[in-house]
Amino acid sequence: MVEGKTESPVPKKCGPYISSVTSRSVNLMIRGVVLFLIGVFLALVLNLLQIQRNVTLFPPDVIASIFSSAWWVPPCCGTASAVIGLLYPCIDRHLGEPHKFKREWSSVMRCVAVFVGINHASAKVDFDNNIQLSLTLAALSIGLWWTFDRSRSGFGLGVGIAFLATLVTQLLVYNGVYQYTSPDFLYVRSWLPCIFFAGGITMGNIGRQLALYECKVIAEKSHQE
Amino acid sequence: MTLTERLREKISRAFYNHGLLCASYPIPIILFTGLCILACCYPLLKLPLPGTGPVEFTTPVKDYLPPPVDFDRKQGVTTEQPEWYVGAPVAYIQQIFVKSSVSPWHKNLLAVDVFRSPLSRAFQLVEEIQNHMLRDSSGTRALEEVCLQVTDLLPSLKKLRNVLPEHGCLLLSPGNFWQNDRERFHADPDIIATIHQHEPKTLQTSATLKDLLFGVPGKYSGVSLYTRKRMVSYTITLVFQRYHAKFLGSLRARLMLLYPSPNCSLRAENLVHVHFKEEIGIAELIPLVTTYIILFAYIYFSTRKIDMVKSKWGLALAAVVTVLSSLLMSVGLCTLFGLTPTLNGGEIFPYLVVVIGLENVLVLTKSVVSTPVDLEVKLRIAQGLSSESWSIMKNMATELGIVLIGYFTLVPAIQEFCLFAVVGLVSDFFLQMLFFTTVLSIDIRRMELADLNKRLPPEACVPPAKPVGWAARHERHLAVRPSMPHTITLQPSSFRNLRLPKRLRVVYFLARTRLAQRLIMAGTVVWISILVYTDPAGLRTYLAAQVTEQSPLGEEGLAPMPVPSNVLPASHPDPAFSIFPPDNPKPAENQTSPGEPPGPMGPAENIHDSPVPEVTWGPEDEELWRKLSFRHWPTLFSYYNITLAKRYISLLPVIPVTLRLNPREALEGRHPQDGRSAWPPLRPGPAHSGLWEPNPKGAGGAQTHGDVTLYKVALLGLAAGIVLVLLLLCLYRVLCPRNYGQLGGPGRRKRGELPCDDYGYAPPETEIVPLVLRGHLMDIECLASDGMLLVSCCLAGHVCVWDAQTGDCLTRIPRPGRQRQDSGVGSVFEAQESWERLSDGGMGLEESGDSPLLQHRPRGPLPPSLFGDQPDLTCLIDTNFSAQPRLQPSEPAKPEPRHRVGCGRAQDSPGYDFSLLVQRVYQEERLAPLHSPAVRPPSPGSVLLPAPEEGGSPSEKGSPSLAWAPSADGSIWSLELQGNLIVVGRSSGRLEVWDAIEGVLRCSSEEGSSGITALVFLDKRIVAARLNGSLDFFSLETHTALSPLQFRGTPGRSSATTSPVYSSNDAVICRMTHTVPCAHQKPITALKAAAGRLVTGSQDHTLRVFRLEDSCCLFTLQGHSGAITTVYIDQTMVLASGGQDGAICLWDVLTGSRVSHMFAHRGDVTSLTCTTSCVISSGLDDLISIWDRSTGIKLYSIQQDLGCGASLGVISDNLLVTGGQGCVSFWDINYGDLLQTVYLGKNSEAQPARQILVLDNAAIVCNFGSELSLVYVPSVLEKLD
Repeated sequence: MVEGKTESPVPKKCGPYISSVTSRSVNLMIRGVVLFLIGVFLALVLNLLQIQRNVTLFPPDVIASIFSSAWWVPPCCGTASAVIGLLYPCIDRHLGEPHKFKREWSSVMRCVAVFVGINHASAKVDFDNNIQLSLTLAALSIGLWWTFDRSRSGFGLGVGIAFLATLVTQLLVYNGVYQYTSPDFLYVRSWLPCIFFAGGITMGNIGRQLALYECKVIAEKSHQE
Repeated sequence: MTLTERLREKISRAFYNHGLLCASYPIPIILFTGLCILACCYPLLKLPLPGTGPVEFTTPVKDYLPPPVDFDRKQGVTTEQPEWYVGAPVAYIQQIFVKSSVSPWHKNLLAVDVFRSPLSRAFQLVEEIQNHMLRDSSGTRALEEVCLQVTDLLPSLKKLRNVLPEHGCLLLSPGNFWQNDRERFHADPDIIATIHQHEPKTLQTSATLKDLLFGVPGKYSGVSLYTRKRMVSYTITLVFQRYHAKFLGSLRARLMLLYPSPNCSLRAENLVHVHFKEEIGIAELIPLVTTYIILFAYIYFSTRKIDMVKSKWGLALAAVVTVLSSLLMSVGLCTLFGLTPTLNGGEIFPYLVVVIGLENVLVLTKSVVSTPVDLEVKLRIAQGLSSESWSIMKNMATELGIVLIGYFTLVPAIQEFCLFAVVGLVSDFFLQMLFFTTVLSIDIRRMELADLNKRLPPEACVPPAKPVGWAARHERHLAVRPSMPHTITLQPSSFRNLRLPKRLRVVYFLARTRLAQRLIMAGTVVWISILVYTDPAGLRTYLAAQVTEQSPLGEEGLAPMPVPSNVLPASHPDPAFSIFPPDNPKPAENQTSPGEPPGPMGPAENIHDSPVPEVTWGPEDEELWRKLSFRHWPTLFSYYNITLAKRYISLLPVIPVTLRLNPREALEGRHPQDGRSAWPPLRPGPAHSGLWEPNPKGAGGAQTHGDVTLYKVALLGLAAGIVLVLLLLCLYRVLCPRNYGQLGGPGRRKRGELPCDDYGYAPPETEIVPLVLRGHLMDIECLASDGMLLVSCCLAGHVCVWDAQTGDCLTRIPRPGRQRQDSGVGSVFEAQESWERLSDGGMGLEESGDSPLLQHRPRGPLPPSLFGDQPDLTCLIDTNFSAQPRLQPSEPAKPEPRHRVGCGRAQDSPGYDFSLLVQRVYQEERLAPLHSPAVRPPSPGSVLLPAPEEGGSPSEKGSPSLAWAPSADGSIWSLELQGNLIVVGRSSGRLEVWDAIEGVLRCSSEEGSSGITALVFLDKRIVAARLNGSLDFFSLETHTALSPLQFRGTPGRSSATTSPVYSSNDAVICRMTHTVPCAHQKPITALKAAAGRLVTGSQDHTLRVFRLEDSCCLFTLQGHSGAITTVYIDQTMVLASGGQDGAICLWDVLTGSRVSHMFAHRGDVTSLTCTTSCVISSGLDDLISIWDRSTGIKLYSIQQDLGCGASLGVISDNLLVTGGQGCVSFWDINYGDLLQTVYLGKNSEAQPARQILVLDNAAIVCNFGSELSLVYVPSVLEKLD
């Protein structure tokens, strides 16, 4: 009887508000925008952190230098982070193993803080040589993954992202679009892959947390149908 | 038992004992911990105060050598040397301090003369310095070789290019204003304007160009028209790259020879090294701020999870204090053992906090809170600690491991960080165990005390109480008044804690906490304190002065010591003085003895008695640079892109130069325009006081220019502040119209007032008016529905059957005591009778209490037309269920209220129309059933009845309490509906099966004598749970085949139904198949069936699962520590139960194991339901909590109105409906957003919705006293944006 009734032509329980929230594309878009903004913000801040190493006491145009050097870097980072942040939950879903480890905002915040810390270390701490720097950063990145992710898919994706991003950077540098002030390994900084890896893990963490909301809604919807 | 297990047990036991200890002696332990913290933080006092102010270090000039650059400083004995005192300074700064005056003063002299000629001497001096050469055995040495050669100015300083030197020695003097060109100076008509042309208009703390060039603070320079002292002082600043003692000595000797200072007492012994801290620029500030924001977000999200404690904020504070003080302890301990922190504390602090983390604290809290409430506090703490002990130890070991790995990176900075982190982790563990646990125990104890105080009486818990006779009657009639038995203190709905769209949350959070104001206040305080601390005349200088006073080289030995002018200063250390430059032609000519009157003065007026301004050299002149802004030197060097951050400069002792000019010289230097200028020659005042007369134009002649600026700025600032405050006030009004000061008022929410949450957000309110079903005389206590029909039963024992679609009353089954089962008419009369009795009771109460209703009292003669009401109703009801299935076809919801009249209720009466009742009383007494055609009565207010008759009527009635007395059959305790059959369980143990449409008793069973507390009617099975704990299984058998009843609903709908519908002419037999005599030891309180299983919950703390077919007991589930109050089971075999212990247990029905156990409520769990992902529970504490079904984590909770705690219903998997005072609210389950609030009934005195039943067509029925309201949910949600 109950089951028979639900097919009645009466519009179902969902009003426009609910359906708009549950609508997958809208949700996807919102998440993408949020991730993009986070990525842009982080890119700006971390870039500033790197600039800071070389600035004088009274930098007259710090703000200008943020935007002047390469204006397209933050948007690129934003786009990349949006893609990564959407990719992680998507892969989780396809693999059929939902990520259950430490799904809380506080943990995500911790992850972001550690990521910024890694960047900070790479910018501020004086290392003896670049190999030491790279090894330390690699260890830190792996530690980040172990602390906050611990999923094989996350690791694989992170490594893939690091490889791809380094490749892209390398290509850009070869073509002269971009240049590093003090390259130490094939015209780029050797710690770059580690940073990319940690960034991928972090953005994936954020993306998964954002997707938690959507997952619930979708699951319920599919259950209704 | 493996090693780990043994270890685990030991740890657990240790933690248990520790927990007992902490909870037993909270105060001593907290005191002990506080002492520990203080002791560990004590070494921090030795660390320098943080701040950006420069630090000084003084060394004697004698035998000065630049400190070595090497790093093996540590084995040296020079412990007094600060760490930064390594390597050569950026520069050596030699100031040549010129004091000059025109003396004797002549009255014909102008004000400009005070500084014009003294300034002109600067050119001469600069020349002298620039040409100075040192000739000794090693050859000659010019200034260029030792001075600091500067290159270009920064490109942004183009306008200063003419003023500041470029590509050469950095030599600054006031002459730079005129490009060191004497002619230019003499041609300058307005010196003051030239000097001030680069001054910024606003008040500025950093050094201005005038300060830079004059080298003395503007106040002291004396280049002003209004000075009292006619003395001009300035410095010529010379910056050296290298320290060349001989050169410096010769320069000093030469200058002092040229311009002797007669009574100079400067000792010139010390070199002062000034170390500048790193300036925080915007580039560093942004990442720093970002990390702090992330840190605060982390802390916020962490502490938000603290729940179920007395004071959330208190515990959050304790958690933060734990982490912070553990960090302080760590730094303190590290300092104690000889490690000096080199990292920037502010930068690494957020990372340290994040590494240490708040997780353990939260885990601890959660674990303690989830222990059973009925235990002693001590035991709760101990249990909570021991259950989490293993994971805490494991986490700590992991973190220590990670940090130790970091220690082996062999990078000093990372090693230091890791050292701090390790010590911090250990001390954090220590604090958690001692400090936080103790605070937690105190908090839990406080909560228990508070619980004891405000524990509600147990009657209020059971949602609709079983028949309670007079109390219920009271309740019903007092419903019009605000005071109901358990709504004595009404909690306004504005205290719901709900979750809103994020943007609104941010806005309302800002508005609620007045964050902007507080931030501004805090910012102002911080700014002021920074100003006080770093101001040149502020605290820092004061502190510095204190420090220097304490030093042995302080000023106590600096007594003014007259020194002969032509003799070297006794303390001059320089041996190079002997090799005096021989090529100097001037010394003999310009040498003037101190006592000598200043030469041949021109005008005879020099005998004028105005006193000679004394050029004195006091100890304060020695360190005049201290009075400069502390950014003076950084600013100067930054112009040439040289940073002083983390570096130091050395200030050489000043070289005093005294210039005495006679009036003639002053007059010679005068510019032609000076005489014509606005300043007339000074007239000495009549008193000849010798004071500088105030200029007629200078109103505040005594004030210096700077002071005026200061006052102006202060005034402007004040005005700006007032404007800002006003602006904020307006904004605040606009943003937050709520009145904070007003508390509750009468304690009752009015109709227009929206329910809103903590943030002041009020969700949309609907205009929808629900379908009100009226017909019951008393409070409705049982409700059942199968989607098509709705059965309700009131305290009076009447059962009404409604069409759930339209709200029509289909059948009315009267009390069994006086059954007249012949026809519907009989039941109507029956209804009337009880109505009369009811109204009697009502009248009695009205007279005592409700004054507004008194004016409805009929006074005049009764209009005959009123009698038409009765027969009209009779035929209405008669036709209602026998002839026409529906009086009116189902129509769309009209804007005005549609009051479906139940049996015997006036159609036009909007609320309680007591006058109508009175009329009926009157009517009955007269025994005048005039069957006149249906005429509507006029509006109730105009109805008048003779007073005496009305007054007498209640007393003349037969025993009015008869209606409430339990009849032989007993009152109805449980009700179930399926198809067209109603199963009724009575307190007498009788089970009755009624036909819902025709209102006839189909069969009954009187197998047991114990009251039926719960019923399940599934397919053809009926299960009855009885008060004595036994369980009876019945099956319904019909003699003819089942056929869908064409009577019910629309044909399409009924054809879709699968449930059995018994036609009216079938004979139904209720046969008992099984009985479980002693299913439970105590009364069965909850009974649910689904998926072929039957679950019972009892007061004996256990649940039992039976198979429905053969009544075989499968499991007995134990786990609650209180009586079971509610049970939920669904097709997915998930079983949830709630008990009086406030706990919710989730069970697996297949295995009988407990899946999770949540401590949910303070007080009983009153109802429980599940969606696919959530468990929703309500408790006696009027909270509705939503839990994640798989993890058992609480998602959020909703505060209900008092007395409406149990009213909730789930419409779909993401829509929850809850009841409130006269309203129902719709929530989005996933987000916790309040979607909409619907007010029911337009009368202002709203009754609490005590029960909510969700029908299949998404209409909900709520139980408002004696009324039922039907609300269609789709129409509700369509109005949302």
